[in-house]
Amino acid sequence: MEAFKKLTGPILVLEQENIDTDQIIPARFLTATDFDGIGDHLFADWRLDADGNPVPGHVLNEARARRSQILVAGHNFGCGSSREHAPHALLGFGFRVVISSQIADIFRNNSQNVGLLPVVLEADQHARLLEMDGEEICVDLEQCEVSVRDADGSEQSWPFSIDPFARHCLLRGLDRFDFLNQAEDAIVAYEKNL
Amino acid sequence: MHGEKPVSEPESLFDKLWKSHLVKAQTDSTPAVIYIDLHLVHEVTSPQGFDLLRAKGIGVRRPGRTLATLDHSTPTLPPDAEGRRPYYTSQARRQVQTLRDNCREFGIQLHDWDSPSRGIVHVMGPELGATQPGMTIVCGDSHTSTHGAFGALAFGIGTTEVGHVLAKQCLLQTKPKSMRIKLEGKLADGVTAKDMALNIIRYLGMNGGTGYVIEYAGKAVRALDMEGRMTLCNLTIEAGARAGMIAPDQTTIDYLRGRPMAPQGADFERAAEKWLQLASDAGADFDSEITLDASLMRPAITYGTDPGMSVAIGEPVPQAATHSQAKALRYMGFSGGQSMQERQVDVVFVGSCTNGRISDLRAAANVLQGRQVAPHVQMLVVPGSESVRKQAESEGLHATILAAGAEWRLPGCSMCLAMNGDLVPAGSTAVSTSNRNFEGRQGAGSRTLLASPETAAACAVLGRVGSVADLEPAREAG
Ligand code: SF4
Repeated sequence: MEAFKKLTGPILVLEQENIDTDQIIPARFLTATDFDGIGDHLFADWRLDADGNPVPGHVLNEARARRSQILVAGHNFGCGSSREHAPHALLGFGFRVVISSQIADIFRNNSQNVGLLPVVLEADQHARLLEMDGEEICVDLEQCEVSVRDADGSEQSWPFSIDPFARHCLLRGLDRFDFLNQAEDAIVAYEKNL
Repeated sequence: MHGEKPVSEPESLFDKLWKSHLVKAQTDSTPAVIYIDLHLVHEVTSPQGFDLLRAKGIGVRRPGRTLATLDHSTPTLPPDAEGRRPYYTSQARRQVQTLRDNCREFGIQLHDWDSPSRGIVHVMGPELGATQPGMTIVCGDSHTSTHGAFGALAFGIGTTEVGHVLAKQCLLQTKPKSMRIKLEGKLADGVTAKDMALNIIRYLGMNGGTGYVIEYAGKAVRALDMEGRMTLCNLTIEAGARAGMIAPDQTTIDYLRGRPMAPQGADFERAAEKWLQLASDAGADFDSEITLDASLMRPAITYGTDPGMSVAIGEPVPQAATHSQAKALRYMGFSGGQSMQERQVDVVFVGSCTNGRISDLRAAANVLQGRQVAPHVQMLVVPGSESVRKQAESEGLHATILAAGAEWRLPGCSMCLAMNGDLVPAGSTAVSTSNRNFEGRQGAGSRTLLASPETAAACAVLGRVGSVADLEPAREAG
């Protein structure tokens, strides 16, 4: 997993609420037995027509979409299935951060496991970002802060909270498995009593 | 004897399960390590988990606690004369073969095509008695919440975590919050567990359960049979919750007695006694408590693109209040205030881990008995497992279903997520007994209305949206 400390760049806004995992990566792309190239199928049914050609005018088909590493999505992002293909598709497309005012449990967990940073902001902050498509912001995991610049140039920072262990692993690019592995003695002890 | 008994804090079912599975407690900076009693595996979310084992050069820690099946990518049409199964794509065939190879390599029991028990993972586990009260159960599948109906802590995990459980039989977890939903009163005649669940999701919203494990309690829940309880817990994830659960009682014990993987004889009676003690203690604490009156609930059907967007059959489509709701109505081809009953139905699907069990097929067949599926409707009935299929065929349900003009298929997930080629055509309207009506869930451009098996069968006969109450009397069998 690639470490994540701090990222400054333009945001891409998908205003839709309740974006579910079937939109992020439709089921027909789940038959692969690895995650290679899965980013090409991100939001396939929104981005591409029945023949696989880009739908003209869709924000995800703009040149900036592939360059943007920060996705800002409507309330309750990532609901639905447990497919880890969803965060892998977002990473494969080029995103490193997804911001919303609510992020579904399993999706959030999966994201943290594969190196995509999920950020949940307050409703009013989130609403501000939804109005800022294409503008630059800074996401700082060390400070747990999202910073935006006002029209007059002054900076505003909003704190966000994240599971401390997920933060620890993301900052260092650590595989959580190693932590689980260190619990071996405790696991052996537990299994003795089964 | 006043004061001699140690006073213990009252605990909820969830608290008891959490505590008894703690390998390592949670700290301020690290998650808990919890032990997993049963790991269910299917072909879609496991390949990369097995790759993790190979990358680390380790085996499956407890193959005996791991159970695998083929369900998601499998065709529901029979093999050809040479025995070749009609897989949708070569990739689907390869995915199934990969699971087969992985199970062989790592010594895991796989319910392959030749198994009399093969079925949708959440139908098969309970049928075999592999699912038991007091267990922790995980699977790389969000509807693992189904198994909570037995008083188990059961939830879906991602592929990385599938690898963790294969390797260590444990998971890193932060304790979720707890919610209790009490369903008081008695469901009216013709109102099913599916309707109850859709009513609850409508009330909570599709994210109202986020961060919670939900325990269902109250008279109306106690009155449900195990299959109804499974339907209710299955749909818990659709309100965003991690897991749903119901305390074990006599209904649970009666269901499990004699199942092949359940304890047998005196061992069973001993286990049953323990299971009954799992119920939440009086005075147990929940982070949130809700009480709903089940007697007010009516048969429900969804009109939008998330399971929270439902109405009682007969109610009009609500007006869109937000941009997202407007988008959902546009996708579905509905406008606010419109009567749903006018909507023509093209496809009807009865099946899935929500409503693919024997009682569901009986309910659908009962409606179809002496009636015909409307000529323009394609209706698929897909049993949840081989055991369900055999039971249904021994009762002659398949004959009723075929005589009505519906198709009788082989067990699998089928049209629930449409990755095996059983697709709803773009723009068509399907009434489905499954669990998700997301855009494109049943095929790109498909429009899904979720409902109970009774309602789905009624819609198939009517050829439009409606309920059992709208049907003409059935033709006498003769
Ligand atoms: S029936 Fe549908 S929801 Fe259930 S496991 Fe299969 S695909 Fe998932």
